[in-house]
Amino acid sequence: MNGILQDYLPLVVFIGIAAVIGLALLIAPFIVAFQQPDAEKLSAYECGFNAFDDARMKFDVRFYLVAILFIIFDLEVAFLFPWAVAFGKLGAVGFWSMMVFLAVLTIGFAYEWKKGALEWD
Amino acid sequence: MIFPALFFYLFAAVLIGSGVMVIASRNPVHSVLFLILAFVNASGLFVLLGAEFLAMILIVVYVGAVAVLFLFVIMMLDVDFAELREGFLEYLPFGLLIGGIFLAELIAVALGWAISPNISSAVGSPIPANVSNTEAIGLVLYTKYIHYFQIAGMVLLVAMIGAIVLTLRHKVNVKRQNIAAQNARKKATAMDVRKVASGQGLRDSDAAEWVQ
Repeated sequence: MNGILQDYLPLVVFIGIAAVIGLALLIAPFIVAFQQPDAEKLSAYECGFNAFDDARMKFDVRFYLVAILFIIFDLEVAFLFPWAVAFGKLGAVGFWSMMVFLAVLTIGFAYEWKKGALEWD
Repeated sequence: MIFPALFFYLFAAVLIGSGVMVIASRNPVHSVLFLILAFVNASGLFVLLGAEFLAMILIVVYVGAVAVLFLFVIMMLDVDFAELREGFLEYLPFGLLIGGIFLAELIAVALGWAISPNISSAVGSPIPANVSNTEAIGLVLYTKYIHYFQIAGMVLLVAMIGAIVLTLRHKVNVKRQNIAAQNARKKATAMDVRKVASGQGLRDSDAAEWVQ
């Protein structure tokens, strides 16, 4: 158990250094920088007008479709990792079980291609 | 070693804190960011348990993909905070009812739950020694647990088809590139060499043939 965790020590050091640098960059301006706060500095500037409406707007639903298709193939690849690592010891059943899995998802891929879900317009 | 316990409490505390902030923060985008923090800390807990593969998959899939999808959804919702609060009193009784049912169920589970004394023998597949975590998963997932694996594939297929059926709306009258037709175009179909009589040019009757 401890053997595994010791492998992660560099990661802890890395995250620690990243946290120190990030916090330093966040905190240093408060200490060092010249400050003269003014409400106008934070107000929205829109060619001299006040802002007409909120900056939020509805996203096109196609972004969502692209994202969810990406997630599905992301998961497919995630299933491939342990299979590839244990490939030598799996035998025929393990091989064909992955082939069936890939075939099922390839049906989905063919459907998606045929429907034009990969095209933008 | 005191460090694993120290890190366990660190991860668990941040996990619970960010979990509370997911439901407590006013801005839904901040909620999603706290959700990402919760995922990262849960993956830290997985590493402490020795489940390295699950930890990395949690980062790749949940932080990298699912949280991005949530951000998309929240940005698509066009959140209007004033409008959100408008229906608060209207939905309050219904929300309280559902929350009460969940609370009662949680209490019932917490009171009636006991860890079986022979739980260690119930663990289906202990990790064999001198085998890495990822390999240990690979050794059982595709053979012993083949049904769950195939069902996972079916679920992914249904999710893919469902997402396409629900959200794919093609604009009408969009001209798409037909690569096969482009490649099939030959010199004979694309070009037409004509003898033009001097000083006359081509007549209008020819023009109909060019444009097609």
